Amino acid sequence: MSASKAAEVPGPRELEARRPDGKLVLRHRLPTRIWHWVNALVVFIMLMSGLMIFNAHPRLYWGSYGANYDKAWLVVGSTPSRGFVEVAGLRLDTTGVLGRWTDRRGVVVRRAFPYWATIPSSYNLAAGRRWHLAFAWLLALGLPLFWAVSLLNGHVRRDLAPRRDELSPGHIWEDIKDHAQLRFPKGEAALRYNILQKLSYAAIVFVVLPLLVMTGLTMSPAVDTALPWLPDLFGGRQSARSIHFILAALTSLFILVHLVMVVLAGPFNEVRSMITGRFRIPPEPAEEEGQ
Amino acid sequence: MISRRRFIGSLGIGAGGLLLSGCDRLNRSETFRGVLRSSEGLTMRAQRLIMDRNALAREFSESDLSPVFRSNGTSMPGSPAFQALIPNGFADWRLVVDGLVQRPLSLSLAQLRAMPTRTQITRHDCVEGWSAIGKWHGVPLGLVLDSAGLRDRARYIVFHCADYFGDFPYYESIDLIDAFHPQTILAWGMNNRLLDVPHGAPLRLRVERQLGYKHAKYVMRVEAVDSLAGVYRGKGGFWEDSTDYAWYAGI
Repeated sequence: MSASKAAEVPGPRELEARRPDGKLVLRHRLPTRIWHWVNALVVFIMLMSGLMIFNAHPRLYWGSYGANYDKAWLVVGSTPSRGFVEVAGLRLDTTGVLGRWTDRRGVVVRRAFPYWATIPSSYNLAAGRRWHLAFAWLLALGLPLFWAVSLLNGHVRRDLAPRRDELSPGHIWEDIKDHAQLRFPKGEAALRYNILQKLSYAAIVFVVLPLLVMTGLTMSPAVDTALPWLPDLFGGRQSARSIHFILAALTSLFILVHLVMVVLAGPFNEVRSMITGRFRIPPEPAEEEGQ
Repeated sequence: MISRRRFIGSLGIGAGGLLLSGCDRLNRSETFRGVLRSSEGLTMRAQRLIMDRNALAREFSESDLSPVFRSNGTSMPGSPAFQALIPNGFADWRLVVDGLVQRPLSLSLAQLRAMPTRTQITRHDCVEGWSAIGKWHGVPLGLVLDSAGLRDRARYIVFHCADYFGDFPYYESIDLIDAFHPQTILAWGMNNRLLDVPHGAPLRLRVERQLGYKHAKYVMRVEAVDSLAGVYRGKGGFWEDSTDYAWYAGI
């Protein structure tokens, strides 16, 4: 079943797969595909409804408490004529995008994130929270389910866990250079995740998403009562809120890089493999033919 | 290949636009809002499941107090009747306790302060995201309800307030689990002083395991009811009625 196992013992199918026209092979199992597309929707909704909630108080703090009179490490704000982001005392002009922007009807709005980035697109804290807290259930329940299935079906061991030799600085550096020069693996190698893919996927699945869920729960006064170690772990409710925002920003960055990579690696093949599971192996370069 | 890329790219942009306008449209659908709202019941049941009925919210020490505890919502109720109570320190103010009780009460501030006092330093979490730590002094709500004697049919406690938003008074409600929680107090003091008007004088609710909008200020009347359906516009609180906030505000 597994393509990487086939690579260890080249058989007729393996040889056929190396033909220049490329062969369709199973790349993504059904649970992976289902989780991917459910999350593609859920994570977008979480990010955009989360920005709506952030707009209600666009200031971030460290510690247990933090409100308007306390020192914020990040502020999205506006003057009557400009929008700005202030990070650790450094003010960046963001007029038109953050803090002060123009809505669909041409009306100037002084609010942190613009209408096109939030759910709903107009200011509505109750609705933003309703979306966020409903879809959070799908995220929070889907994640451990995906862990369990992926541990059982070998996805973690076979595809996500880095091998020892892959973790050598030399190998990682080679992979960084390959990415920087947009050299994508061909042939059988295209079926395996390279080390940067493994590390970023594992970081999202096992670190960023669970921490997002946990910091989100830490903002709940009831959950903090039931599980007081949660606010201790993150250094207080406002620290948890800051970490939640930073992790959401990292998730957005991951999605951006992921989408760029899909487009560069051949969007039709990549998207098909995540829908049907079938991936066409990119042909080897000509000089390696027949080896 | 390029046309494929363009195709996928425009597909992405189109999907983004669809998602945005689709979400707005969904948000206007009462059916869809109902689906989302059903998760609120799930959240409440899940939180109650993992949380002991009498589990205490964290209490902090003096050194953890917010330097400035911002006031929020109303900072001065507009009605002349309320403002007439201020000059002599709410000596003429009375808390009415009625509804489904055996013995309706009318309590002065002095009477409430003579009852057993609980002092707690807790974190106030606003639905908007900010938090402030304050020290509260007040009488446990359970003691007040016990002295009035709840009838068996009572299910919710409604707090009627002196501040108005347009035509509607502020009000809030909690169920009996939170009403009899040891940290649920009717606070008359804050940070070692009598409560000031911006923070809800003469009396405000503290219900520490829920968000700030449940902590009704300027409480004039405590009413025991069997259902929230007949109270004002029926959703159990001013923000619940007017902007569809969740009634259970544990998260």
